[in-house]
Amino acid sequence: MLSLDEVRRIADLARIEIPEAGVAALQQQLNGILVLIEQMCAVDTTGVEPMAHAVDVTQRLRADRVTEADQHELFQSAAPQVEDGLYLVPKVIE
Amino acid sequence: MQWEVVIGLETHAQLSTASKIFSGSSTAFGAAPNTQASAVDIALPGVLPVLNRGAVERAIRFGLAVGATIAARSVFARKNYFYPDLPKGYQISQYELPVVSGGDVLIVVDGVEKRVRLTRAHLEEDAGKSLHEDFHGMSGIDLNRAGTPLLEIVSEPDMRSAGEAVAYAKTLHSLVRWIGICDGNMQEGSFRCDANVSVRPAGSEVLGTRCEIKNLNSFRFLEKAIEYEVRRQVALIEDGGKVRQETRLWDPQKGETRSMRSKEDAHDYRYFPDPDLLPLEIAPGWIASVKATMPELPGAMRSRFVADHGLGATDAATLTSSKALAAYFEEVVRLVGGEPRACANWVLGELLALLNRLEVEADASPVAPGALAGLVKRVLDGTVSGKTAKEVFEAMAAGEGEADAIIDKRGLRQISDAGAIEALVDQVLAANAKLVDDYRAGKEKAFNALVGQVMKASRGLVNPAQANAILKKKLG
Repeated sequence: MLSLDEVRRIADLARIEIPEAGVAALQQQLNGILVLIEQMCAVDTTGVEPMAHAVDVTQRLRADRVTEADQHELFQSAAPQVEDGLYLVPKVIE
Repeated sequence: MQWEVVIGLETHAQLSTASKIFSGSSTAFGAAPNTQASAVDIALPGVLPVLNRGAVERAIRFGLAVGATIAARSVFARKNYFYPDLPKGYQISQYELPVVSGGDVLIVVDGVEKRVRLTRAHLEEDAGKSLHEDFHGMSGIDLNRAGTPLLEIVSEPDMRSAGEAVAYAKTLHSLVRWIGICDGNMQEGSFRCDANVSVRPAGSEVLGTRCEIKNLNSFRFLEKAIEYEVRRQVALIEDGGKVRQETRLWDPQKGETRSMRSKEDAHDYRYFPDPDLLPLEIAPGWIASVKATMPELPGAMRSRFVADHGLGATDAATLTSSKALAAYFEEVVRLVGGEPRACANWVLGELLALLNRLEVEADASPVAPGALAGLVKRVLDGTVSGKTAKEVFEAMAAGEGEADAIIDKRGLRQISDAGAIEALVDQVLAANAKLVDDYRAGKEKAFNALVGQVMKASRGLVNPAQANAILKKKLG
């Protein structure tokens, strides 16, 4: 079961802001989901291949050809800030 | 205490496709910012990735080249993290079921072969680029590189020195170019290495705590960074400290590795299968048809050069370091009609020096294989001495024509006519009475001086062995 700190950490990883007053409620909801998963875990799945996708078909492939034209002006018309063709964002250095 | 170094490498090879791994945007390097970033690459809502057949085919080529298992079914996964040059908030990669598993790469270090096992190789997309300068306190984002196909090749921790790591990286670099899946341009970032380095007491079976070193975009940096990191870890442990598992960045200016601001959450990527992509199936028929197009591999060619041509392992490894050089060498041997060792000496000596000087590949050499073969033949049949031949080679490199023409024009034919040499020797003996007396008085050195005089009088064109013999006879 998730602790309150784990809930805060998950929120942080997902870049979701959660008011401190809502953490406990969220903990309860998330733990409720984990209870459901635990019930499923009780099923014996020996020999069953893990499912990678809900649909039982395989990936179609495209030919290696350049089919896209430059549309950066159109795309950048929706961007808050652009300079010299670059999207500008608050400075982030790892 | 004796320490053992343990190194594993993670290599990102940019695949040489025309278009991106999940979109039809061009992958060409150097375009104006964001002009090669489509709606899929910049992650506009509602777009879907469609996998590029060319990227998969290159992964298959790699798997075949290293004797790996190519998965009949592999799965794409989302690797989640937030960074401005990763527009989706996740990178599409492969996690539990990669396209290539196992295999190995044979390296040669100090003339000895060593097998480096591979863990896996998986397909993934590259991120964009962040530019941190000149934007009044903001970062500029160029997404042209976002979605470029990469093959991440992960080795087992089988290397035991910086030298072995460099040999492995070079062998892998040569291999991906050889099989035509990556252009190998390290300046443009087409081939990048991260090194996992740890140390342990010699004889220990337990692995030490490792650090991952990033930003190694040249073989020299790879070597320097590992050497630095090993010294750092050993000093740390010997001072009673502990190595902390972390990611470190190589700083080429300072020549040291430094800790990247270690965010505890950075490695919690919360992988899960990407619902936008169906499992990738590779039928045996596809693998077979790719196999039919594979060239002879450098490892096989190297063994052949050792077995059939009697070359040393190191020489054979150098000759097979690029496909162009190997093809050049084979063509010279074919045109000379054998004598592979003499051909190898010329290719590894004068030719490589010339190519390095001009910074070109063997297929762009100003001295074509036919021209070099013509020269080697003249050395083998005694027309010119090895020393004179180097002069002829330089003249060929300068575009003065074929070996025979240069030899004739410059009068470089070796004098092997006994009568002519005797005349020269008589002349030298007459002019150097003092040396002759010295020799007769027992000074062996005087003999060498006399040989030198004969060579000088002939402008180096006399066969030295012949001059020696005739001189000895005359001095009786």
